[in-house]
Amino acid sequence: MTRKRRRLYFVLLGLAGLAAGVGLALTAFQDSIVFFRSPSEIAEGKVAGGQRVRIGGLVENGSVVKNGQNISFSVTDMANTVKVHYTGLLPDLFREGQGIVAEGKMEQGVFVASEVLAKHDENYMPKEVADALKKSGHWQEGGPPPSTAPAK
Amino acid sequence: MHRFANPTTFMRIANAIFPWAAGLSAVLFLIGLPVALVTSPADYQQGDSVRLFYVHVPAAWISLMVYGMMAVSSAAFLIWRHPMASVSARALAPVGAIFTALALVTGSLWGRPMWGTYWVWDARLTSELLLLFIYLGYIAIADAFEDPERGDKAAAVLGVVGSVNLPIIHFSVEWWNTLHQPSIIKMTGFTVDGSILLPLFLMLGAFTSYTIAIWVLRLRSELLAVKLRNARMSEVSLAPSLNRGAAE
Repeated sequence: MTRKRRRLYFVLLGLAGLAAGVGLALTAFQDSIVFFRSPSEIAEGKVAGGQRVRIGGLVENGSVVKNGQNISFSVTDMANTVKVHYTGLLPDLFREGQGIVAEGKMEQGVFVASEVLAKHDENYMPKEVADALKKSGHWQEGGPPPSTAPAK
Repeated sequence: MHRFANPTTFMRIANAIFPWAAGLSAVLFLIGLPVALVTSPADYQQGDSVRLFYVHVPAAWISLMVYGMMAVSSAAFLIWRHPMASVSARALAPVGAIFTALALVTGSLWGRPMWGTYWVWDARLTSELLLLFIYLGYIAIADAFEDPERGDKAAAVLGVVGSVNLPIIHFSVEWWNTLHQPSIIKMTGFTVDGSILLPLFLMLGAFTSYTIAIWVLRLRSELLAVKLRNARMSEVSLAPSLNRGAAE
């Protein structure tokens, strides 16, 4: 009985220790686990110029200019905006007001993307963008999402 | 509580559950598959790709549920040394691995038209892939030893340790920003229309009852394997004494 009790405590303590360790490690690596940065983080200079990063946000309404396969648009989190240049094929869900993630780097104030992915969300707005919007005071939970009306 | 650890009692309960689980799963698949794949509406953004979600979400749910059952079995084996607990965990591992792979494949097929990529290394996708590797590791370790009891113990340690990954998979979409969308089923309600929720719940029920039924079938065969091994062992250990008896 006592040995079983001891094994029970050993397993529980081991799991608690392991969870604490993994938790600390994940917190420490927070910055590399996030999939993308917001335009505000870029504006705050959290990303060194020339460094490859992903940025995520909404495609600003009226910002998309297509010239064959050369596309330029702005990505916004409603507080800050980043201009993006991209050459290539866009995913079907790409449109104005849509949440997207672009991978590339900043060159002279313009984000040159090598890949553009669409972010899908039943709320029609990525949670992270919504959080960013809420943080910057442009959107309240339950309120209408800003500039995300379906383009169809 | 501990009387459930008795293989006879355990199997009596498991065998009683089996026809209900199998029957429920058959009924739910018969109703759910046509609703999910044919009659339910296409999504206004995703079109018919939304139908992948009726397989993807239940498969991902099962991958977590089975691991939860496996982790509890592993812990029970380590603490109380119930032999039935390791039989249960061994029975679950391949089931979990297959549903994890199914969730990854269906997600990938959905991601290509929707996101524009089959795969990204975001927190949700990476932690779910890790789950697949833990399942495969469990299967490999459990059979890696000459003495199956050592395999039981080593695999049980991995089973318990791997459970740390479960909350990471579940909360990854909330703790970090990811390409993968957050859960549609939340404590506060749903973010999906009822016409899409109905087939989803039918399929969740079908997958869950199917998994319970398969678990019982796998328990039976794992138990038979143990009995067979024990019978062989006693034959081997009896043989020398019989020979000696004959020689005298």
